[in-house]
Amino acid sequence: MTSTERITATAPAYGEVGSLTRVPLRHYGRWVSAVVVLALVALLVRAFAQGSIEWSVVGRYLTAGAILHGLLNTVIITLCSMALAIVLGVVVAVMRMSANPVTRTVAFGYIWLFRGIPVLLQLLIWYNLALVFPTIGFGDFQWRTIDVMTPFMAALLGLGINMSAYTAELVRAGIVSVDKGQIEAAQALSLTPGQIRRRVVLPQAMRVILPPLGNEFISTLKMSSLAAVITYGEILETAEFIYYANNRVIELLIVAAVWYLVVVSVLSVVQHFVERRFGRGFQHLGTRRTSRRVKGGAA
Amino acid sequence: MSEAVVRAISVEKSFGSVHVLRGVSLDVHQGEVLCVMGPSGSGKSTLLRCINQLERIDGGELWVRDELVGYRMRNGKLHELTEKQIARQRRGIGMVFQRFNLFPHMTALGNVIEGPMRALGQNKSEAVAAARALLDRVGLADKHDAYPAQLSGGQQQRVAIARALAMRPYLMLFDEPTSALDPELVGEVLDVMKTLAADGMTMVVVTHEVGFAREVGDTLVFMDEGIVVESGKPADVLTAPQHPRTREFLSRVLG
Repeated sequence: MTSTERITATAPAYGEVGSLTRVPLRHYGRWVSAVVVLALVALLVRAFAQGSIEWSVVGRYLTAGAILHGLLNTVIITLCSMALAIVLGVVVAVMRMSANPVTRTVAFGYIWLFRGIPVLLQLLIWYNLALVFPTIGFGDFQWRTIDVMTPFMAALLGLGINMSAYTAELVRAGIVSVDKGQIEAAQALSLTPGQIRRRVVLPQAMRVILPPLGNEFISTLKMSSLAAVITYGEILETAEFIYYANNRVIELLIVAAVWYLVVVSVLSVVQHFVERRFGRGFQHLGTRRTSRRVKGGAA
Repeated sequence: MSEAVVRAISVEKSFGSVHVLRGVSLDVHQGEVLCVMGPSGSGKSTLLRCINQLERIDGGELWVRDELVGYRMRNGKLHELTEKQIARQRRGIGMVFQRFNLFPHMTALGNVIEGPMRALGQNKSEAVAAARALLDRVGLADKHDAYPAQLSGGQQQRVAIARALAMRPYLMLFDEPTSALDPELVGEVLDVMKTLAADGMTMVVVTHEVGFAREVGDTLVFMDEGIVVESGKPADVLTAPQHPRTREFLSRVLG
């Protein structure tokens, strides 16, 4: 009853308030949290600036020949393993979705095995393969495993096969996400199964696959540092070699960290453009474009 | 109306334990517009999908242009066709879906040239010229480069019709082409279909549009529970249905 009384007490000013100035709600909490976070960041920066880190050493080694060579090796092993992972991943994904129960089961087993074992352990197994098979080859063509299984080969197989198990699941999820009506429409145009896969299913699946694939690329880049244990000369191993000699441990680790961040940033930019390419026909669904256009029109 | 383009003889189809088609027989003649009506679950869409081999029939015979659909006769047995052979059989049959099913990653023009270029082996300039003419014909002269997401439902369905026509079909199948459209967009799609019928295209149309069936249809088939309950001239079936189930359905549809 009180509410009714209050409403009748203040007589409503119908038609008179519409032109009054509108005051936006002030978010004081946001100002407080921004100040707190900035203070914490400042403390952290000060701590590192005053800590016993020789930043000049970091600067000097950032572009040292040995470090750049290690960086090149890191980039090479990442690109090669990812290429292998994508090829194997697509094959395993297609096998996993096959109507043939044998290929389906084998694909399932492959994913179970290589996703289940830690990468570090897989790298060690590939690197020590000579203990199991002294020679490998077909018939009369035999090579000594120790010659074939170089640190590069072991790292490539270890990283590439491990990532392919994840890629297979990504690719499968992407293919499953394509509407069945798309395949029927393509069949009705009398496209062959191969044409349907290439022209209709994969381009649409790519849209779903690309964002997690980008993450996987970044994971592979970072996981390639594990190849240091099998003496592959990537950037972390190079940094370790240098600090064994000069004892500038943290400085050289920071050098490696900086380069990882640089490569990850470059990959993110590349990913952005590739995603946009495969998002053709879809970006118009988003609200971002329209809202931007509306804002532009108002300005 | 002599030659039968489609001839269904006691066609049967089951999905698991659900018997969807229980012996459907009908003929579609050259230049005929055959409309199929019936309650949902009556098997009308399944029949259409069987003609285009999106489903494989379990029993009976399906003939398209005197060729057995989906099988080859050898040594007194029916052998299933390969995917390639099926693709070849589908080549002259256009299909329009309820939910359009345009390729979202291609423009309207891209959608229309895809079939002619990949399946018919036309070169690009030839396919593009034909596609532009078709898009103009369905009233989308200014939408050639639009992606499906930028088009209304009615425009998308007209692109879908142009896409099917680009294959130069002798038979067009329409699976409830206006059921997913807002009411004000139904007319523009039906108009395109009317022109097509007037040009002599052989058409099988699964629809709930009574007006279209009456005006454009040569034959109206009423299906229920997997069989053809009644068929005849649309005017006759609609005004004086013989079967009680047709009467019941029409009284609900016509209100």
